[in-house]
Amino acid sequence: MNIVVCVKQIPDPATPGALDGSTNALKRDGKLILDESDAYGVEMALQLAAANGGGDVNIVSMAPNGEMSGMRTALAMGAAKGVLISDPALAGSDALTTAKVLAAAIQKMGSADLIIAATESSDGYTGTVPEQMAEVLGLPSVTFAKKLTITGLSLKADRQTEEGYDEVECPLPAVISVTAGVVEPRYPSFKGIMAAKSKPIDTFTAADLGVTPTGWAGAGQKVVAVTQAEARQAGEVIEDDGNAFNKIVSFLENLKVI
Amino acid sequence: MAINSIWVFAQTAGGAPTTGTLELLTKARSLSSNVSAFIGGDASAVAGALGEYGATKVYATGDLAGKLPGPAVSAAMKAVIDGGDSPSVIMFPQNYEGRDVMARLSVKLNRTVLTNNTDIADSADGVVATTPIFGGNTLVNTAFTGEGPHLVSFRPKSFAAESASGAAATVVAASVPDTGAAGAARVTAVHVEESTGPKLDEANIVVSGGRGLGEAGSYSLVEDLAKLLKGAPGASRAIVDAGWVPYSYQVGQTGKVVKPAVYIAAGISGATQHMVGMKGSKNIIAINKDKEAPIFGVADLGIVGDVHKVLPQLIELLKSRG
Repeated sequence: MNIVVCVKQIPDPATPGALDGSTNALKRDGKLILDESDAYGVEMALQLAAANGGGDVNIVSMAPNGEMSGMRTALAMGAAKGVLISDPALAGSDALTTAKVLAAAIQKMGSADLIIAATESSDGYTGTVPEQMAEVLGLPSVTFAKKLTITGLSLKADRQTEEGYDEVECPLPAVISVTAGVVEPRYPSFKGIMAAKSKPIDTFTAADLGVTPTGWAGAGQKVVAVTQAEARQAGEVIEDDGNAFNKIVSFLENLKVI
Repeated sequence: MAINSIWVFAQTAGGAPTTGTLELLTKARSLSSNVSAFIGGDASAVAGALGEYGATKVYATGDLAGKLPGPAVSAAMKAVIDGGDSPSVIMFPQNYEGRDVMARLSVKLNRTVLTNNTDIADSADGVVATTPIFGGNTLVNTAFTGEGPHLVSFRPKSFAAESASGAAATVVAASVPDTGAAGAARVTAVHVEESTGPKLDEANIVVSGGRGLGEAGSYSLVEDLAKLLKGAPGASRAIVDAGWVPYSYQVGQTGKVVKPAVYIAAGISGATQHMVGMKGSKNIIAINKDKEAPIFGVADLGIVGDVHKVLPQLIELLKSRG
């Protein structure tokens, strides 16, 4: 069972985000880390491979500046090797171009039985790349899976819905997006972290993959204005002295909701 | 006018159009007099309601027979577009099915997508969508620069649904072509998570709990308070991921967007992901041990304290008042 996990390397969410003044795109020029959402996919892949007779779990990522530090985290968890697509010509790519690039890289990596991604990234959260990738590859997909098992040549997933969840069956190969919480990601062990330093990461450009980068001009979209939203003002903050509950009740009474 | 006609990806629940569908139709008819709904399923029961909110026509695929909407509905849309009815804009709800259909269609049409929007305008820059970023502090206006159809999705409650007293929409069949391997997944069972009391996204009062509750057992405090206030219980993503409560309780960017009269956040620090789902509430009360928690930045009343002390006291007092 060969599984490819799509991982995104993002600016640390703990630091405030900022827009690049000239492009109005999110700044991604510093050190990038593995998107926490992707740790679930990596863990799911490792567990599925182990439960289905082994096989490789490989990762693929598209990132600026040859950035690999987030990929090393996924390799430290246990993924075997990585493929990085890094190309200045891809800067400004929209989700559709990203999906085309990832799909081309996955095809170049060879026969994957299963492709796993998160439902959306934590920095850009467009949330369409997994399903777009499936369409580019001509594969079936189950998005928003919160439970996933594999038997032989097909998979069963519990797929999140507005009202609850659906049980879905899907033949392999397939693209799956997993929600946070589908499995509990392992922490990389010291041994894993050391081993990850020497695991191979192949780097490709768009041209290597036969994808024509469209960049800013071809993204089909352009930021025309950035404005500050009206900020919500903070109200009164009090320390609980044992009577704060009375304050809440008066607040609710004033609003005439009790 | 850059916009001639608009499609709205329509969804139903319990035999009626969803509120989200009616919100999008209301906005669509303000931008164009030529609005069609496109539904993955049978439209006979909802053509009246869709028409009332502004759709003159509804394309319906008929029963999807267990096919997932992503590949099936996008293929049906592509077939209608290839047949000559190509809308300027297709509006989708920012939810599971909306995202899947939009994503598949974007590849079929080779068109970009703009997601997570809260507004749309037909302006001098063309069709422009507005997306709040950084937890809603910054608004980004993005114009489509290529050819239509422009694919754009909207967060729930971006627009208010208002009836136009329109006549029933004309139902037009839009059958699903063979989707091959891409359409091979099948739904084998449907599970609806029942909840009692008002619906989370419609309740006048919402009480949500987060990681600060400490353990799953303490969530009953949130439920008890919600019940006493005739409100709905909600949750942060952290405790949904931890498995304390079902996903249907989640308030936030990847859950429900709520705008109640009163939102009470108990043991919730206020991650961006959560704030996006509740900062539109009219009044916010926050209870958290950490006085530096970001939730206090948006709260009208902030209590720096232990939810395990404050909530039981509050519940007792409300009970004693009957």
